[in-house]
Amino acid sequence: MEVILENLPLYWEGLLRTLFLSVVSGIIALVLGTLLAAARVSPVAALRGFSTVYVEILRNTPLTIAFFFAAIVLPRLGVTFQQFEVAAIIALSAYTAAFIAEAVRSGVNSVPLGQAEAARSIGMNFGQVLNLIILPQALRTVIPPLINILIALVKNSSVAGAFFVLELFGYGRQLANANGDQVMAVLLGVAFFYLLLTIPLGILASTVERKVAIAR
Amino acid sequence: MTSVLYDVPGPKARRVSLIGSVVGTVLILGLLAWIGMTLAQQGIFEGRRWAIFTRGDVWTLLAYGLGATLTAAALAAVIAFPLGLMFCLLRISLVAWIRIPARVVLEFLRGMPVVLMMLFVLLVFGTSSFVAVVTGLVLYNTAIFAEIIRAGIQSLPKGQREAGLTIGLTSFQSRLLIELPQAVRRMMPSLVAQLVVLLKDTSLGYIVAYGELLRAVQVMADFLGNAFLFPIFFVAAAIYIVINICVSRLAIWIERRGSTKTAGGVAPAPTAVVAPELPEVTERK
Repeated sequence: MEVILENLPLYWEGLLRTLFLSVVSGIIALVLGTLLAAARVSPVAALRGFSTVYVEILRNTPLTIAFFFAAIVLPRLGVTFQQFEVAAIIALSAYTAAFIAEAVRSGVNSVPLGQAEAARSIGMNFGQVLNLIILPQALRTVIPPLINILIALVKNSSVAGAFFVLELFGYGRQLANANGDQVMAVLLGVAFFYLLLTIPLGILASTVERKVAIAR
Repeated sequence: MTSVLYDVPGPKARRVSLIGSVVGTVLILGLLAWIGMTLAQQGIFEGRRWAIFTRGDVWTLLAYGLGATLTAAALAAVIAFPLGLMFCLLRISLVAWIRIPARVVLEFLRGMPVVLMMLFVLLVFGTSSFVAVVTGLVLYNTAIFAEIIRAGIQSLPKGQREAGLTIGLTSFQSRLLIELPQAVRRMMPSLVAQLVVLLKDTSLGYIVAYGELLRAVQVMADFLGNAFLFPIFFVAAAIYIVINICVSRLAIWIERRGSTKTAGGVAPAPTAVVAPELPEVTERK
């Protein structure tokens, strides 16, 4: 117990880093994922194909491989970064975007056909139908699954700790090595701080699910 | 979907779309070509680097790593599934002092990174890395399986349980004999989709030094020299992706087949297999 209290600033720092990684990757993934979902239903065949292939590959790749790629392969392509955080953010957002794209797409499919038909019949074009009618409704139905993806993102960011990024898990490993006799307390402390992030998000998901549900 | 979001394209729109397609394809191909060129400049495609795949021992090591990955995944799945069933029954028990602790345990396990659980088992109990990987996977997936099956039971028509109780089964017998088998069947696509997640998560074993596929790649790269990292890494990544796509397809196949065969139908596979997402409770078909 003492070891947790003594190292509280370190845990706090780790928590903030984890939060930072998750928020930045989350925002990038949301934008990228929505674009991919739009490409998936667009009239242009090349975009559809690209989006499908991207989602299929990334969804079936272990996150560790994505990290390996971002941390080791990308630098060889001339994409160099000063900090490993950037590699972590690239890997996390590229990976998460695939899941967000799938969630948004199933949301698009859950909007009743009549909505799109009505929009079309008053003369809207593809962009208008998608932006004004379909996506606003789709995003509502996908909010709970999206929050679940973000919870997974927070947990997944722990993989970054193994790739030279110091966040909650990374600090936890350091502390565990430094305090060999109190490993259990150290790691339970790390677990506590993860729950501090994931459980409120989970409660938020179920609350939002009840609030934004559209009665159809 | 195609014809609902936009008009059936006329000649002009078809031309625009064709041009868009061509430009898009050229851009994507251009990007790939640029990546290829950059890699080629670094000599990635030299025959010498890929010639290692003619060596038997490279494949032996890869097969060894793959075997370790599949063993851990299979063992974890086989242990986690019955545990998940058990926890599901505890979680929906009518007795509060069983239900509430079960719920706390499940929420705890679900909110935890898998890699943290692996590290915990490894360091606190001083087990081998294999035991740590399997235990970590079992703990996490027990919680997910339990939640998936619970969603399945809740999505069953009420009449199933009522009928069970009416013919004199106890509450527990009704759960076990009537509801659970239907729920498992109904949730089969989600359960198989979760297997993909489980399989992917075995790669976290890399972090706790379990000799799985990714670790085998690292070991070979260290041994043969970094020049060979790329070819081996790409082959390993391809192996992962092919296996996972096959399992994903299996989930989709079960979904299609099951929806015509069972009385209650099956719920669609969750689209986001990353998240402990509960499939929506669909109305009775």
